[in-house]
Amino acid sequence: MPEKIKITINDREYEVRPNQTIMQAADSVGFRLPRLCYHPKLSIEGACRVCIVEVEGMRNFVASCAYPIYDGMKIKTNTDELRRARRDIVELILDNHPMDCHTCERDGNCELQRLAYAMGIKTRHFEGEKKNYPIDVSSTSVVRNPNKCILCGRCVRICSEVQSVHNLGFSHRGFKTVVMPAYNEAFADTVCSNCGQCINVCPTAAFVEKNYTQDVFQALSRKDVVKIAQVAPSVRAAIGEDFGLPAGKNLEKETAAALRKLGFDYVFDTQFSADLTIVEEANELLHRIKTGGKLPMITSCSAAWMKYMEQFFPDLIDNISTCKSPMSMMGAMIKTYFADKIKADPKNIVSVAVMCCTAKKYEAARPELMVNGMRGVDHMITTREASWMIKSAGIDLVNIKGEEFDEPLGMSSGAGTIFGATGGVMEAAIRTAYELYTGKEMPDLDVKAVRGLKGIKEGAVMMGDKEIRVAVAHGLGNAAELLQEVRKNPDKYHFIEVMGCPGGCVGGGGQPYVGLNCVPLDENLLRKRAEALYNADRNRKIRKSHENPDIKRIYKEFLGEPLGKKSHELLHTHYKQHYPQGIIPGGGKC
Amino acid sequence: MHNRSLEVFGKAGYFNSQLRIALRNCGIIDPGDLDDYLNVRGFEALAKVLSGIKSEAVIAEIKRSGLRGRGGAGFGTGLKWELVAREKSDQKYVICNADEGDPGAFMDRSIIEGDPFSVLEGMAIAGYAVGSDKGIVYIRAEYPLAIKRLEKAIEAARKQNLLGKDILSSGFSFDIEIRLGAGAFVCGEETALMQSIEGHRGMPRPRPPYPSASGLFCKPTLINNVETWANVPVIVVEGAEWFSSVGTEKSKGTKVFALAGKINNTGLVEVPMGTTLRHVIYDIGGGIPGSKKLKAVQTGGPSGGCIPADLIDTPIDYESLGKIGSIMGSGGMIVIDEDSCMVSIAKFFLEFTQSESCGKCTPCREGTKRMLEILTRITEGQGKEGDIEKLERLGNMIKKSSLCGLGQSAPNPVLSTIRYFRNEYEDHIKNKKCTAGACEKMLSYVINDKCIGCGACKRACPVNAISGSTKQKHLINQDLCTKCGECYKTCKFSAIDKG
Repeated sequence: MPEKIKITINDREYEVRPNQTIMQAADSVGFRLPRLCYHPKLSIEGACRVCIVEVEGMRNFVASCAYPIYDGMKIKTNTDELRRARRDIVELILDNHPMDCHTCERDGNCELQRLAYAMGIKTRHFEGEKKNYPIDVSSTSVVRNPNKCILCGRCVRICSEVQSVHNLGFSHRGFKTVVMPAYNEAFADTVCSNCGQCINVCPTAAFVEKNYTQDVFQALSRKDVVKIAQVAPSVRAAIGEDFGLPAGKNLEKETAAALRKLGFDYVFDTQFSADLTIVEEANELLHRIKTGGKLPMITSCSAAWMKYMEQFFPDLIDNISTCKSPMSMMGAMIKTYFADKIKADPKNIVSVAVMCCTAKKYEAARPELMVNGMRGVDHMITTREASWMIKSAGIDLVNIKGEEFDEPLGMSSGAGTIFGATGGVMEAAIRTAYELYTGKEMPDLDVKAVRGLKGIKEGAVMMGDKEIRVAVAHGLGNAAELLQEVRKNPDKYHFIEVMGCPGGCVGGGGQPYVGLNCVPLDENLLRKRAEALYNADRNRKIRKSHENPDIKRIYKEFLGEPLGKKSHELLHTHYKQHYPQGIIPGGGKC
Repeated sequence: MHNRSLEVFGKAGYFNSQLRIALRNCGIIDPGDLDDYLNVRGFEALAKVLSGIKSEAVIAEIKRSGLRGRGGAGFGTGLKWELVAREKSDQKYVICNADEGDPGAFMDRSIIEGDPFSVLEGMAIAGYAVGSDKGIVYIRAEYPLAIKRLEKAIEAARKQNLLGKDILSSGFSFDIEIRLGAGAFVCGEETALMQSIEGHRGMPRPRPPYPSASGLFCKPTLINNVETWANVPVIVVEGAEWFSSVGTEKSKGTKVFALAGKINNTGLVEVPMGTTLRHVIYDIGGGIPGSKKLKAVQTGGPSGGCIPADLIDTPIDYESLGKIGSIMGSGGMIVIDEDSCMVSIAKFFLEFTQSESCGKCTPCREGTKRMLEILTRITEGQGKEGDIEKLERLGNMIKKSSLCGLGQSAPNPVLSTIRYFRNEYEDHIKNKKCTAGACEKMLSYVINDKCIGCGACKRACPVNAISGSTKQKHLINQDLCTKCGECYKTCKFSAIDKG
């Protein structure tokens, strides 16, 4: 195979790599053909036909996303006929789409909107019947609006190919085709993990998060309650994108200030409870290692992962760390420790979590995470919802003067910061476990083996004489692959971190929609967001969770000791096998 | 081997100008009796290739015969075999596409019901030629008798070691299983068909890769239609030279058509390629009943086009039909007389393809729907200036932009009727008139002077659109009339004109 082959695009010759599609080759020499169903991380669908081009010798147009190039290929991308065909194709999509752009969640951030503009659609020729289906609002996290669906199939593909959940598929035929879960079950009753990646890849607003902003606004207007917010690490690493700032800018202090301006009485940092999680989790790991407990221990921070595990890997429940997630630990501490501190009735506290996640909405409502009969987190809003609230309330996040988080649940170590990136929990836990186990300082705190965007990362850490073998998976598909390996080979690892979303929390289903010149799940974007967190870690004086003075204080004042009685009551939980609707318990293997 | 039907059925007009190769045994042998098939030189072809003919030679023979796919597109069968044979793989598949879905077509069904062994034999020969040991017949579940006969035939062939391991002690193994389709028309498209076999929703995928390189379960796959398979044993026994002596320069052999519509002799007709439409319609089909005038012939089913009466001297072959805007297709042939409205005919076929679209690609899913809406309003008297141009614009775009053959051919019935019967469309749109009188909603009912004022029509009218005093001529209010036709049926004096 020669290194380069020659193709002609619009009468100009180019030398390009062989073995690529027309679209890839054209992109590599400065084109960007219009596209809709194509996504670089997903299989080729070839369905939308927006990317069609003319190839000499072919009777019909070909989809450039799917058609391979060959030496001497002559391609036209911009003939009058092509422009008209593409335009008509996009117009046909619009004709079956609600025309409510200016009130739509995706206004200004909709790929269809951009495409319609780029195709120059000014008049409409073919309008007729439009689809009209009920909107599924049953889920705590994800709203499915088939009326806005343009059937590009990206959600179907990400749900199966990347997340291995296989919750979505096409049903019915022709004009009546709809993307839906099996048997059109209500989303709440399906195997949906609530990860929200369908929202991220959807070019329109066929999938959006369940919106709780009005509940939060209402709570904020109450005088009789204490309003408390907590902010996840990844939120600060991405929220600026919603305000036109470049990706990778850490807006920690600005976010705290903006939330206070929104009306929150206290703004706490989920990074504090991440430190708390690490102290509990590192102790749990060492306890399991020392007492011959169930290994490998698997992290439990990711809400989507927890539901996925309960459905598809219930045999590994004993391997799952009993630690609650940082969000739920914070919720528990707010409603107990902090309520005591300010001498408030926890019933009069409204606890709101700002997260990069959609699945945390589901987690917040889990009955097993109740604290003294109350929810630890009353409302959970995504980064996007928070951005909207800030904009809606007329707050200037970009130019705002930054403020610190509140005491005593606001201080965090660098270890708590990196929770937001894949491998971060593992790295944070190793830092603490190492020192607890060996009693010595860890020589190099950066655990490079578990950083980066490789789907499954493996590493080994020597803790004195003891080798601890670890693995990290992000994205549920990678998690499934790793756990199949655990099923086959239970002794291979001691500790496993799983994050439900590709890239970890920075790539969560609640993060800002990507802007122009970027695609959802773009690795550069994920890397930039993660880098914002790793930079913050590097610049922290305290980089280990157990050295966070406020963590020491909370154990001294309230919790006692890690894995102690109080910890068990408030910071730990148990999971059980979960059967989606229509699945008979014991009726077969997943 | 061929044309035994003539000896059996005599020189009836219907048969004497047919040449029966694919249908050679249909109605002659007992499809449930392997011996019957053996008696008509059945499995001779398989035995012949297994007794020492090299696989390359078998492929060369098929290539020389000029046989082309009978499923519609007419791709060279030998070339297809060669492409699969060339691939290196631990597993290859041979598929028989028996998902016959064109409305009114029953060629494949008749072959399987009447002569299942010939299909099995053809597949086994191909298995030998391309190096495959696994055949699959994908047949629609709506063909229960064909499935039953096929199952029985496979069982019988296995018992006689004509399928299975080490066939006829040649060292060649080949077995066939049946997979049922669930009634989706699009599953006749090869990539959708293979998706369906794999257990997925039957939706086409972009090609390349072609099935010959990566087909069923991503393995090299040879897929041919039932009629194509039935031709194979004859070619092997009688020779490529004989086969290629039948037909035209580029289209060899015969083609089976399901002759239907306004014609005296309906049924399956197998004629040499190059036979004219006139010959099929008037000599074999016996012309049009009621001495009505021929208006058009629709060939190729919902993917095909309408050929006007003045072109019926066109020879039937892949190229000639293509040139005049239709296709050979799988062999539907519907004769249309002067009483039929061409707009309605186009609408009928588009209704079918539109509802059978898989919904994957935009042009087919959304475009055919809009075309159908336009056609519907034209036939309901709501057509607008510019509608014809919109149909052409959409139709040409859908043809060139769709993902699979279904979409690429769905506009054909509309485009070809516009091409040859544009005046009918214009009549519907400008004059709100359906000359054939077929479009119900465009009819008007008018009372003529024969009316004696009995009032029967007035009583029958469900919307009180008729007025008039007793013994006076009545009047139908056209604004209220719903064209239900009750008055017309009720009147005993022929006093109501429909038109």
